[in-house]
Amino acid sequence: MRRPTRLWVALMLMLAPASAGAIPPADPLGSPMWSAHARTLFGDDPVRFDPRVIVSFPMIAENQRAFPVVIDSRGIVGVRRMILLADLNPIPVAIDYRPAHAAPYIATRIKLDQRTPVRGAVQLDSGQWLVSGGWVDAAGGGCSAPPVSRVKGDWADHLGEIRGEVWPMANGQRRVRLSFRHPMDTGLVENIATYHLEALSVIDGAGRLLGDMDIWASVSEDPAITLLVDSAADATLRVAARDTNGRDYRAALTPARQSPMPGGR
Amino acid sequence: MILSRRAMLGGMASLAAAPARAADYVITPVVIGDGIWMVRGADEPIESRNGGAIANIAIIATPAGTVLWECGPSLRYARALRQVAERLTGARIVRVYVSHLHPDHGMGLAAFDPAIVAALPGTIAALAAQGQGYADGMYRLLGDWMRGTDLILPGRAIMTAQEDFGGRALRLLALSGHSSADLALLDERTGMLLGGDLVFNDRAPSTPTAVLPAWRASLDQLQVLPHGALLPGHGPIDPAGIAAIAQTGDWLNWLEGALTQAVRDGLDMVEAGNLPIPDRFAQMAVARYEMQRSVSHLYPGLEASLLPRIDVKSAP
Ligand SMILES: [Zn+2]
Repeated sequence: MRRPTRLWVALMLMLAPASAGAIPPADPLGSPMWSAHARTLFGDDPVRFDPRVIVSFPMIAENQRAFPVVIDSRGIVGVRRMILLADLNPIPVAIDYRPAHAAPYIATRIKLDQRTPVRGAVQLDSGQWLVSGGWVDAAGGGCSAPPVSRVKGDWADHLGEIRGEVWPMANGQRRVRLSFRHPMDTGLVENIATYHLEALSVIDGAGRLLGDMDIWASVSEDPAITLLVDSAADATLRVAARDTNGRDYRAALTPARQSPMPGGR
Repeated sequence: MILSRRAMLGGMASLAAAPARAADYVITPVVIGDGIWMVRGADEPIESRNGGAIANIAIIATPAGTVLWECGPSLRYARALRQVAERLTGARIVRVYVSHLHPDHGMGLAAFDPAIVAALPGTIAALAAQGQGYADGMYRLLGDWMRGTDLILPGRAIMTAQEDFGGRALRLLALSGHSSADLALLDERTGMLLGGDLVFNDRAPSTPTAVLPAWRASLDQLQVLPHGALLPGHGPIDPAGIAAIAQTGDWLNWLEGALTQAVRDGLDMVEAGNLPIPDRFAQMAVARYEMQRSVSHLYPGLEASLLPRIDVKSAP
């Protein structure tokens, strides 16, 4: 697992803006990869740790292939970008989300390859990054084990299936849940090349972009994503996604399908 | 022998530097009927501090020899158990039953001749397929406690509904639902029912291999089976033998209902795992822990059946 980590970091360091200036603050989690990731992801932008970025996950990593994480920074004004990161995963970044007309909230499931910090980093309009998170104990095998559908051999039968639903919320926003059938191959398992969803966007009936994100293979097989978007109660939402083979995925969430029950919080 | 004692003395000397060196298992049989004892497991998750000794075990004295119900999580545990049991009854162990595939119940079977270790055919098949994964997990969690424990398959597939040991008859019930094959045992002499992990008592049920409809059907069968007290797979003995069956069913029904509603309400897994647990389960050990594990086991399947398809063909 070491080599892919180093490769990834090396690659990101090449892409990152070269600068000797920014020194990230000391990591309260004491991660060996914090400085490298911080320089790569945040460049010269100011960074600080802030508990208002609420990163929630279960007390146990029962399934290292699908560890649920929520990043909720609704207590912070002006969030324009959210990154979900697991420092010691061979593919550290899972999702890079831009909530254009949506709450700064995202829930999904990721793979864990070993005990690692799991973090949410949110960027404000000012450029400032706010970071929070915690250590997660994991047995490993999440990134380096083949997906269940690869083992069963039925992944291709279900590729492109999308499930989802939309719920009205008390504050006028809408909660959107999406789940895609996709193997999300990491490229770290012998003889299986990298193959994953890489982009997702949600658009309202008027064509307005509500939110979009980049996705990496450290998101679980059959990705499940929950967002809170701004849109009129009766508007149809459109979902567009693309994978690394250039395959397009389309879905429509129509109000007729929505439950009258206000979901969640 | 000398070598291992020296190694141990070395270990003692450097105890402060290497706290990973495990203590020994404490095995304390408690009589629960005529010629039958239980060894209570800790009502905890599998952890280093308990060495994985969390499942309840029974020792039965018969005219034909000693019978063990379960043999614990590791070679070291099973060797100690064997010594304790044979000293207690004064007779050699002639049969070891392993109720199902989970490692806290049967990984110790490596301490016995496989020919005397009996399990349901479905359990043997499941161990052959998944046992190594469980063994790896136990080594990772427990380290030194597991030393020398290899995955061995039970040598006897249970094909009969009863075994007789010199006049002490043991009824064998082939059930399922906690896993693909779950054995329960009724001791005819005392009426004691050994439920395996089909029944939990004041300790939240675990669901990593659960099939809930089958589990409920098995609980229904145990409920109508005439029996006395019940030793659950985890938690204290149930003297009347009915409350623990009812509580296990109640938990499973609540769990499935709550998670189904959570999917319908649009909750994600983290949120579902933080749903309130009803007050009537307040006395249950590790309730939140097992509930969050169950979210991991059950939620994706519920989502796949409850969330509607929304994919559309892109315009040509
Ligand atoms: Zn079990």
